[in-house]
Amino acid sequence: MLDLAYEPPKPKVISGARHDWELVIGMEVHAQVASKAKLFSGASTAFGAEPNSNVSFVDAAMPGMLPVINEFCIEQAVRTGLGLKARINLVSAFDRKNYFYPDLPQGYQISQLYHPLVGEGEVLVDMAPGVARRVRIERIHVEQDAGKSIHDMDPAMSFVDLNRTGVALMEIVSRPDIRGPEEAAAYLTKLRQIMRYLGTCEGNMQSGNLRADVNVSVCRPGAYEKFIETGDPGHLGTRCEIKNMNSMRFIQQAIDYEARRQIALLEEGGEVVQETRLYDPDRGETRSMRSKEEAHDYRYFPDPDLLPLELEQDWVDAIADSLPELPDAKKARFVADYGLTEYDAGVLTAEVAAADYFEQVADGRDGKQAANWVINELFGRLKKDEREITESPVSPAQLGGIIDLIASGDISGKIAKELFEIVYAEGGDPAEIVEARGMRQVTDTGAIEAEVDRIIAENPAQVEKARANPKVAGWFVGQVMKATGGKANPKAVNDIVAAKLGL
Amino acid sequence: MTDLNALTIAEARDALARGDLTSVELTEACLGAVEAGGALGAFVHKTPELALERARAADARLKAGAAPALCGIPLGIKDLFCTEGVASQAASRILDGFRPEYESTVSAQLRDAGAVMLGKLNMDEFAMGSSNETSVYGPAVNPWKVDERKLTPGGSSGGSAAAVAADLCLAATGTDTGGSIRQPAAFTGIVGLKPTYGRCSRWGIVAFASSLDQAGPMTKTVRDAAILLQAMAGHDPKDSTSADLPVPDFEAMLSGDIRGRKIGIPREYRMEGMPQEIEDLWAKGAEMLRDAGAEIVDISLPHTKYALPAYYVIAPAEASSNLARYDGVRYGYRAKLEQGDGIVDMYEKTRAEGFGAEVKRRVMVGTYVLSAGFYDAYYNRARKVRTLIKRDFEQAFDQGVDAILTPATPSAAFGLGEMGQADPVEMYLNDIFTVTVNLAGLPGISVPAGLDRKGLPLGLQLIGKPWEEGPLLDVAEALERAAGFVAKPEKWW
Repeated sequence: MLDLAYEPPKPKVISGARHDWELVIGMEVHAQVASKAKLFSGASTAFGAEPNSNVSFVDAAMPGMLPVINEFCIEQAVRTGLGLKARINLVSAFDRKNYFYPDLPQGYQISQLYHPLVGEGEVLVDMAPGVARRVRIERIHVEQDAGKSIHDMDPAMSFVDLNRTGVALMEIVSRPDIRGPEEAAAYLTKLRQIMRYLGTCEGNMQSGNLRADVNVSVCRPGAYEKFIETGDPGHLGTRCEIKNMNSMRFIQQAIDYEARRQIALLEEGGEVVQETRLYDPDRGETRSMRSKEEAHDYRYFPDPDLLPLELEQDWVDAIADSLPELPDAKKARFVADYGLTEYDAGVLTAEVAAADYFEQVADGRDGKQAANWVINELFGRLKKDEREITESPVSPAQLGGIIDLIASGDISGKIAKELFEIVYAEGGDPAEIVEARGMRQVTDTGAIEAEVDRIIAENPAQVEKARANPKVAGWFVGQVMKATGGKANPKAVNDIVAAKLGL
Repeated sequence: MTDLNALTIAEARDALARGDLTSVELTEACLGAVEAGGALGAFVHKTPELALERARAADARLKAGAAPALCGIPLGIKDLFCTEGVASQAASRILDGFRPEYESTVSAQLRDAGAVMLGKLNMDEFAMGSSNETSVYGPAVNPWKVDERKLTPGGSSGGSAAAVAADLCLAATGTDTGGSIRQPAAFTGIVGLKPTYGRCSRWGIVAFASSLDQAGPMTKTVRDAAILLQAMAGHDPKDSTSADLPVPDFEAMLSGDIRGRKIGIPREYRMEGMPQEIEDLWAKGAEMLRDAGAEIVDISLPHTKYALPAYYVIAPAEASSNLARYDGVRYGYRAKLEQGDGIVDMYEKTRAEGFGAEVKRRVMVGTYVLSAGFYDAYYNRARKVRTLIKRDFEQAFDQGVDAILTPATPSAAFGLGEMGQADPVEMYLNDIFTVTVNLAGLPGISVPAGLDRKGLPLGLQLIGKPWEEGPLLDVAEALERAAGFVAKPEKWW
């Protein structure tokens, strides 16, 4: 596997009234496992169902009901761990996190505190070509999602929807290696990308597939390096946790606000209090949710309904063998094999469907030209219509056909764009369309010469100008192209115009 | 012929198979006894129509031949088992009106084996208690009586024990978390078996302490315990802690020959202040087994003295979490709320009114031992003790011991209202000989072995190796035969 070389980005520096400050960020990302059934019951996970229609006796915590681990969810979490180059713990265990809330029917969430399924891993977070941050993953554990409480349907009553109760989540916990709001968003983007490649999380943030708790603290320049040396988190300052955000934009805004709030507090001689905060996007600020003293005592203990989860190394190895090529490797390969810039390779590998599309177009063709067409024409056109690559009306074979017609000299680049628009709107075989609609470019020099002669004869003043200033020759080229409906071979036209004008 | 309801499962099964009686006759006899036995407080939800319907179906199957093992046998089911469409409320107010839409795996297996459910049996609330006095229905009463005092049938499976001892049914299901099958069996002169943890599915049984709870049979004879266990046991994919092991033919393993078996007598079970009668009975039990050809050896289970405190950390810890689901939101009891009450008021009022005093005590103890700063000192230490207790037994079995003989209880049945009023620990001491077995996950059986001076039954406990209920039942049957316990309570109800 190829690897690209990266420099780490500079940490974000915020200038306070007195000093410069740096940010330290750690994230806990809750990713919904892509699975048709819940973590401990057979109920469906379909999004958008009628309230309380995807609820089994287990999810509703009826008396005497017991959880049974859904093996597929575990497989998905292991796949995710392997995709993040993480250690898979062959023995893990489930613990109960106890608290009362109406959308938590059991009165506890089944999670993994003491022995998580996945241990240390890492994510390479791309910031710019040649610049990336290695963010270490501390652990990934598997847990149940809670239901949804609805307080705004009735003035006096609250409602509870248990459809989401018991859906499998992966909690991906990073080390405090993220150094700015943009990095935080890029980290989440990269996690999402990897999980979408793996097929382990759909990553749809609007429907709550991906949510993040963000721990933010600020420190003086140099302090972070001391932390790295000593491992002592005391150097990093007191952190606050901003809970449950599901928008990249809000995450960045919340971090920025929170960092400035902490800096202002510290510079005024105050202290940051460790607490849980919520981001209010309407006001653009974070608000205290509960302090450390008010923090719940979750009374974690091993869930006696579930035996420790023991995995076979062979089973894990089989999953490892089935992993697809992941974004970093694919990007490096695109740079090496197709001669693309890292930037273009990054754009093409953002989604695996786009990368696959590109590779089909590039097959047997010039990689750079294929990349240009996919990125500039196809992506631009799809974006205009808010369509996904998977919904593209132009197939890779059709786009490849257009590129082939350029390469063979049958059409010019300009005509190719028109052709693309026709194929996009109407479909059809590009070569047949060119033939049927007379779009083939004119390379018959006799016809071009006749046209040039006519224009020279009709425009003696322009001829004078051109002789004085050769740049004016472009005007003649334009007239010829216009007259031929753009079908004339531009190079041939250029050559003939120059010769006839004696330039 | 004696009263039909006084038959054992084995006797009734054979009579049904021969066509000497029908399940409807047998069921009617039991239903009559249940009606007449109201003073015992054993049955708390009666299902006579359902019983007769199942009895008629059983008779049809018997007539057609190829009837399953328990076809037509009338049983009582502890209220802890969820039974479809039939009130199942763990003797708690908080499950007031709860009628599950599902049948517990164990009771479903019994139903599928042709058994006839007569109704639901009294118990301590959420199986927390040793006297059946914490029940929302009021206590069940021991059919044994020597003076004017009413005695406890023990607990938590007190209703099951009273019903079987008073011949209201042929046998009953119980559950045992710290002795809840064996202690009531001993108090009422019947047989009670707690199987190896994982032998019977816990699915559909209201949870008390998940790592200790186990269902088991409460019967008139050891043979019946073998027959009933056969139908209750088996792997259940819906319970991750149920063992995926074959269930042997327990009844066929009753050989009547225990020559050469090694029976251990643990010296740590000789408690300070233990009544002489109990000690004598224990010695007599050992002698009887020796006379039957077994070898009696002294063994040591050194961590025994830590078992009760460890149990009373682990069981309440699990219970505090298991009982969190009873919150008034989805089913069962919900307190009447005042204008302006919020969700926390609803929780607090519902749980304050819905749970009894003993359940609240254990929920609070459990919450305490799991709380931050105390977890290691209590819960984690208790888990370590549990590991040591388990190792004690493993070492004894490694030395070639086949089964261990101990007293089942530190006393005979006591009077209702006489114990634990001032100090709950006094009541907890009832479990002193039985909790170790739950902590170690082993099978244990209580066998009636004699009467005390006043004429009340006393039991002995035999503890077996994991998954070896068959050999354990074999030894128990030898003890049963040697003890020749045939006494029955004199009918006063």
